[in-house]
Amino acid sequence: MRKVTVFPKSNAVKKEKILNVLLGSSVILLFLISWELLFQFRLVNPLFISSPSRVVLALITIIKDGSLQQNLTISAKEFLFGYGVAILIGFPAGIMLGWFKLIRAAFGPFIAAMQATPRIALMPLFIIWFGLGITSKIVIVLLSAIFPLIVNLQVAMSTIDNDLIHVARAYGASRWQVFRSIALPTSLPFLITGLRLAAGRGLLGVIVAEVFGGAAGIGYMIQYAGSTFQTDKVFAGVLVVAFTGITLDFTLDRLGRYFDRWRGEVAVH
Amino acid sequence: MTEATLDRPVKLSIKDLVVGYLDKQSGHTMVAVDKVTLDIREGEFVTIVGLSGCGKSTFLNAIAGLVKHQHGEIRVNDRIVNGPGMDRAVVFQKASLLPWRKVGRNITYGLELSGMKQAAAREKASYYVNLIRLNGFEDHYPHQLSGGMQQRVNLARALACDPEVLLLDEPFAALDAITRELMQNELLELCEKVGKTVLMVTHQIDEAVLLSDRVIIFSSRPAYVLADIRIPIERPRKSLIKDSEEFRQLMNEIWRVIEGNANIGGGI
Repeated sequence: MRKVTVFPKSNAVKKEKILNVLLGSSVILLFLISWELLFQFRLVNPLFISSPSRVVLALITIIKDGSLQQNLTISAKEFLFGYGVAILIGFPAGIMLGWFKLIRAAFGPFIAAMQATPRIALMPLFIIWFGLGITSKIVIVLLSAIFPLIVNLQVAMSTIDNDLIHVARAYGASRWQVFRSIALPTSLPFLITGLRLAAGRGLLGVIVAEVFGGAAGIGYMIQYAGSTFQTDKVFAGVLVVAFTGITLDFTLDRLGRYFDRWRGEVAVH
Repeated sequence: MTEATLDRPVKLSIKDLVVGYLDKQSGHTMVAVDKVTLDIREGEFVTIVGLSGCGKSTFLNAIAGLVKHQHGEIRVNDRIVNGPGMDRAVVFQKASLLPWRKVGRNITYGLELSGMKQAAAREKASYYVNLIRLNGFEDHYPHQLSGGMQQRVNLARALACDPEVLLLDEPFAALDAITRELMQNELLELCEKVGKTVLMVTHQIDEAVLLSDRVIIFSSRPAYVLADIRIPIERPRKSLIKDSEEFRQLMNEIWRVIEGNANIGGGI
């Protein structure tokens, strides 16, 4: 009896999933088709809006002449450097802020103030200090990515289950052992969330910094194409950035699910 | 067992123990445990009963070393203890398993904290894993287990450390009535097999009588010893003894002491 009632249910879930994917993709498709039609029938000045087919052509062109790879490499370098340093500093800093009351009291207000400052507004200063090269972009990425990490790990430390600490202490755990066996595992899902937010902010940082004052990179490529009315190339650049962002987020989400597999409800097998 | 324990060496000795705590509202130090003296012999199962909030859990936490005591001393094997140690292991009311560790590594948690390598810890714990019938569950995560099973893992984690004294803090209070009865029987069987020295805290009188060699009754806050009642029921025991006249009389005796204290103190 039970099985009979369970089977149609799981089937219904599957059907709903398929329907959701169909609905989602058809809206995107509809958008692309109307965009292309808008262009083909010259309803809007083609110079302004380009079209999906022309964007694809532009993409092929910049891949063929190697300019995409060249700019992408530079942007990736800026991003990875800044992101990496943000992790190296942000992870321990967030943990320490959450773990030690005095450190939180000392640095909390300073960090809150830093976080409230719009980083990109400091770009002119960074250009004066570090020049138009990749260093100023790395600094922007670092400052964009570090705060979500610090904040998330600080929050992680405040969510530690006190009963577990009680148990650890009852078994004679030292402070370091409590930290390693309870605080660190607790912080892992928060670290992943922090990494996802930081990746998004960091990516934004790279592009804005390059658009704002760069001599190379995807952001610079977009900016240059825009100022010379190469709308196709602008869209191609945006597409590359969006694709990178989605890939990065998807990877980190998967990583998060893997580390969260003890939590039942989001189990992956 | 009951008679035999009388001439055994004292395992856990508590002398004039006073435990206070800081009342955050008034800012005063309040006395939770007032000059308790208690000797527990090797292999003895002693249970403390009392009204909830009487300070019995505080007393147990003090023995575990989790709460500082203001006066008196605690000795295990005649050695004064201050702070937590591997000679005592606590089973708390909540299973409090580390949710990201599988059952096997939860059981070895205490041993790993003491510096033992994982493989050696597993080896050492395997005896209790078998005894508590947890084999086959080592690769499950805690959330996959029922409340009763989680509590068994909690118990196995404590036993794996092979402590001199096992401290049980209302270990079955969070379980449903049926699971609780089953767990009591299992603990009864287990204790008779391993012969551990046990100090338990509970507010279930039947649980206390069923499992213990002695039942200590605490007064309402601050806690002091109202009565120390020997449970002369033969071992090995079966849960069926709950229906016997002797069992009922013992329960009555304990109940009358608690009731008398509650009336005088206006404790409720």
